[in-house]
Amino acid sequence: MDNSNLPSYLEYKGKYKGIFAWIFSTDHKRIGLLYLYSIMAMFLVAALLGLLMKTELIAPGKTIMEAKAYNAVFTLHGITMIFLVVVPGIPAILGNFFLPIMIGAKDVFYPRLNLLSWWLYIIGAIVAISSQFMGTGSPDTGWTFYAPYSFKTQSNILPALIGAFILGFSSILTGLNFIVTMHRMRAPGMKWLKMPLFPWTLYGTAWIQLLATPVVGITLLMVVAEKVLNIGFFDPTLGGDPILYQHLFWIYSHPAVYIMILPAMGVISEVIPTFAKKEIFGYNAIVLSTMLIAFVGYFVWGHHMFTAGMSETSLFAFSFLTFIVAIPSAIKIFNWLATLYKGSIMLRTPMYWAVSFLFVFMIGGLTGMVLGALATNVHLHDTAFVVAHFHFIVFGGLGFAFFAGIHYWFPKIFGRMYDEAWANTGWIIFFMGFLTLYFPMFLLGIQGMPRRYYDYVPEFHSTNIISSFGAFIMIAGLIVIIINLFRSAKKGEKAPKSPWGGKTLEWTIPSPPPLENFEEIPEIK
Amino acid sequence: MSEYAEHDHYDHEGSKLGMWLFIFTELLFFGGLFIVYAVMRYKNGTAFEFAGKELDVFIGTLNTIILLVSSATIAMSISAIQMEKKNLTMALLGVTLVLALVFLVNKYFEWGAKIDHGLYPGSATLQQFGHGETLFFGLYYFMTGLHALHIVVGIALILIMMVKVYKKKIYKDRFVQLENIGLYWHLVDIIWIFLFPLFYLIA
Repeated sequence: MDNSNLPSYLEYKGKYKGIFAWIFSTDHKRIGLLYLYSIMAMFLVAALLGLLMKTELIAPGKTIMEAKAYNAVFTLHGITMIFLVVVPGIPAILGNFFLPIMIGAKDVFYPRLNLLSWWLYIIGAIVAISSQFMGTGSPDTGWTFYAPYSFKTQSNILPALIGAFILGFSSILTGLNFIVTMHRMRAPGMKWLKMPLFPWTLYGTAWIQLLATPVVGITLLMVVAEKVLNIGFFDPTLGGDPILYQHLFWIYSHPAVYIMILPAMGVISEVIPTFAKKEIFGYNAIVLSTMLIAFVGYFVWGHHMFTAGMSETSLFAFSFLTFIVAIPSAIKIFNWLATLYKGSIMLRTPMYWAVSFLFVFMIGGLTGMVLGALATNVHLHDTAFVVAHFHFIVFGGLGFAFFAGIHYWFPKIFGRMYDEAWANTGWIIFFMGFLTLYFPMFLLGIQGMPRRYYDYVPEFHSTNIISSFGAFIMIAGLIVIIINLFRSAKKGEKAPKSPWGGKTLEWTIPSPPPLENFEEIPEIK
Repeated sequence: MSEYAEHDHYDHEGSKLGMWLFIFTELLFFGGLFIVYAVMRYKNGTAFEFAGKELDVFIGTLNTIILLVSSATIAMSISAIQMEKKNLTMALLGVTLVLALVFLVNKYFEWGAKIDHGLYPGSATLQQFGHGETLFFGLYYFMTGLHALHIVVGIALILIMMVKVYKKKIYKDRFVQLENIGLYWHLVDIIWIFLFPLFYLIA
């Protein structure tokens, strides 16, 4: 199956020229890169906003901004990070690029719909961000748009709501496309239980995207109607129920956490066996636990609302289910550890990321249990502890897995190797910065520092200094990583077909792959 | 896959699967509203019954029949295309289109009459009633409005199908697009089947 003489997808000349050859391309690989660049741009903006917040918190009182500006900054940070970075994140970038290749297909089932998803992403991003520059001031509700404040606030909230709605569509269409692709386009002989684990996690993710996103879509539309038409569903002065808003919001937004983390688990399940030079331990258990997480994840949304007002029965049920949903994640941790056991471990850049993923993900997961327990939740609700917890899971889990994945597949995507010394340096700086930034926030939360305040009492000062200091270290690491990757994409050494000895199909084709991936569709024995 | 030479691959089952997935999405989209309806009605039962009396059961019934018949005609058009009866397909799609338009016209008069009576969100009349009535009409406009929007999209899609049948882009061996639009139309129909009793018949 030697097709190395064909032009790669990067060189291929289609009917459009220049930038149009990219933004009108229906090739899943080019679309993956479009997502990579747009999501990375959004990520850098939002990371910078995060740095601004940590700078504000370096000392009590006003440091660099007023309360109002701080509210706007954490809202934009949240909206951008959630809707524009981590929800599309791995599926749209790595999924688009590698799902068809890993199942032995030439493209996704609906290539044009795929391109439309990216356009919707861009339109949604523009609409959401336009809220900053038009009308009556930046949104200040936080990314959750809680009622009734979201329709009572004077700030310019409508574009943010509509932008999030459009982004939901983009996410739904990607999920739909992936499900049909996996049902109809697997290479001959690739039975469901022979499919690699990264596609499997994308499959679970796609179902959540499909079935949970519309609920938040309609909820955001209801808030729009609330603001424009005074319709009253969530407005207590008209007989509506603001808690109902929270329920509807979290019915999506809790499963959305699994939209973020499942593909991350998929990446780790590819990286660890490759660098341990072993088959993954317990393939079936990982597949099953993936689908279990996707399913049980629907029934735990109430744990975001333990203090909002619910019956005791609901409290117990939601708390119990929250503990249940931790089991499949733990199963995966054991699988990865068992894969490492007696493996011949190669410590290369992707493996550093994967191993540190295990560390931060476990801290994130176990602190999640602390929050899932009713009694401790009352104490920790809406404190810095919660912020630390979800940054360990979302940034630590998804972020670390994304960097593992991008360093793992970089040679395949760009056909060049990166400078490993710099990559490792970037990783260690980032990792140390990450821990210095978020670890103190657990302590602050236990001491009672609330989240979303620009100010705090002097008792919290020293811990906050450490945390803010960590933010600067982490951003420094991030800069090293990104500069190294950018430079290497142009100037790195040419990459071989399979630099790490990976076993999945993408390592059987040239780096970078030709337009149609495979000259002949492979047969799986 | 316009850049590809062999982009012409045709997978009837796959395309239909995609449509079904889209329908699941739509069901959950409306599902959020049905949850809100259930909660609101549970809390304001009698007010909902009282407000339901304001709706015109005759127009509601008429529109239900119209949509059911239109669902039948679009289903028949799918059978007709498989029997290579192009003109019959066109005629049946035409009937579906007309019925959809009649539905919207009825809706227009119905909404118009309500608004004339001052029954719309934020109106002075509605404020004299209690919270329950306000919520009932809020839901009524929101849900039937969103449904009507789906009818409008459906009309556009049926028009596109007619052009494609006319130009023989859709024919005996390649009719999955028409079948998918049929599925969409049945979805619009079935949502109405739930909206009708929940608003018109609860009194």
